[in-house]
Amino acid sequence: MNHENPSFVLFGLSFNPANIMMLFITCLIVFLIAFFSTRNLKVKPTGMQNFMEWVMDFVKGIIKNNMDWRTGGRFHVLGITLIMFVFVANMLGLPMAVVVDHKLWWKSPTADPVITMTLATMVVVLTHFYGVKMLGVKGYFKTYLQPMPFLAPLKIIEEFANTLTLGLRLYGNIFAGEILIGLLASLGASSAFGLAGALIPALAWQGFSIFIGAIQAFIFVMLTMVYMAHKVDTDH
Amino acid sequence: MFGESFVLLSAKADAGFLAALNDRLNLGDIIVTVLFFTILMVLLKKFAWGPLMGVMDQRAELIANEIEAAEKSRLESEKLLEEQRALLKEARDNAQSIVDNAKKLGESQREELIVAARAEVNRMKESAALEIATEKEKAVAAVREEFVSLSILAASKVLGKEISEEDNRALIEETIVKAGEGR
Repeated sequence: MNHENPSFVLFGLSFNPANIMMLFITCLIVFLIAFFSTRNLKVKPTGMQNFMEWVMDFVKGIIKNNMDWRTGGRFHVLGITLIMFVFVANMLGLPMAVVVDHKLWWKSPTADPVITMTLATMVVVLTHFYGVKMLGVKGYFKTYLQPMPFLAPLKIIEEFANTLTLGLRLYGNIFAGEILIGLLASLGASSAFGLAGALIPALAWQGFSIFIGAIQAFIFVMLTMVYMAHKVDTDH
Repeated sequence: MFGESFVLLSAKADAGFLAALNDRLNLGDIIVTVLFFTILMVLLKKFAWGPLMGVMDQRAELIANEIEAAEKSRLESEKLLEEQRALLKEARDNAQSIVDNAKKLGESQREELIVAARAEVNRMKESAALEIATEKEKAVAAVREEFVSLSILAASKVLGKEISEEDNRALIEETIVKAGEGR
């Protein structure tokens, strides 16, 4: 399990080519699914269009749970892209992990804390951005004094806690899933006896990982909208 | 790895800070992640979500229109039904009045016919009575004439001489009339 990550340095910044590749594959898959299921759209939907519309309505439901649709409608695109991206990213590491020269190339991009924390930070930064944009600078700072002014320090800590938990929850779940799949796979590869012992747990865990991947994608988008609602809705 | 990064973030920034951070954290990956995600979102919005949302809005509009149209046609059909009902009632009334009129007409015609028939009968009765009277008169006159001739014949036989019919006729007839009246 002690694989190293490949890396190279460009413009003084270090890159992990495995991450970049997996991110690109994730983006490509998400784009292709979305692109081909929205070809020849009909008012009376068929096939994949139904599925995409279900995803859209699902995300719409998440947003509507947290805020007024007039406020939340603008986050619809963000939400759908996020849920598809995170879900596909979670799924990528399930069927296999490819290790070349002790370097891990194929994995879930969300099994890397840098990526999940980047996504989480991006989301939190967006919430602050929209908070300022929609409530004004004064309204934005006022939210820190609500419900009680003396809770302001907690509210500030909450922002960092939100970011950390949002990113690390996703990372932890997916990384743990991959570790266990890797362990079961190495057990299965060790001997015929090991294969017999590892087969059923591996299958079960992969199935469970699909479930976890879906749940984590849902939670990620759900929390994104919860944090967004805290910043842009005056009711909360 | 991550905890150390946060410790570093809180450290004072200097020339070596970024390089030191870079050793532990793939700063490039952060940029790539955000960049990829943003590009993906923009592309999807243009190629997938935008058209799909358009279609869904279109459908919502279509459904709203359909509901509106259905409501409109429902009202229209209700109005038509009401109209038809009124027309039917009118037609029924018309038919009733026509039947009534026909009945009345038939009644009056029957009355007229009866009256005419009755008048005809009366008239015929009268003319028959009249005819009978004249016939009777005629018969009486004929009998009377015959009786006169027979009387003259009898008298001439009794008297044994020819009574001039022309001389005595007036007398005899007068006698017969008187006898008739006296009877």
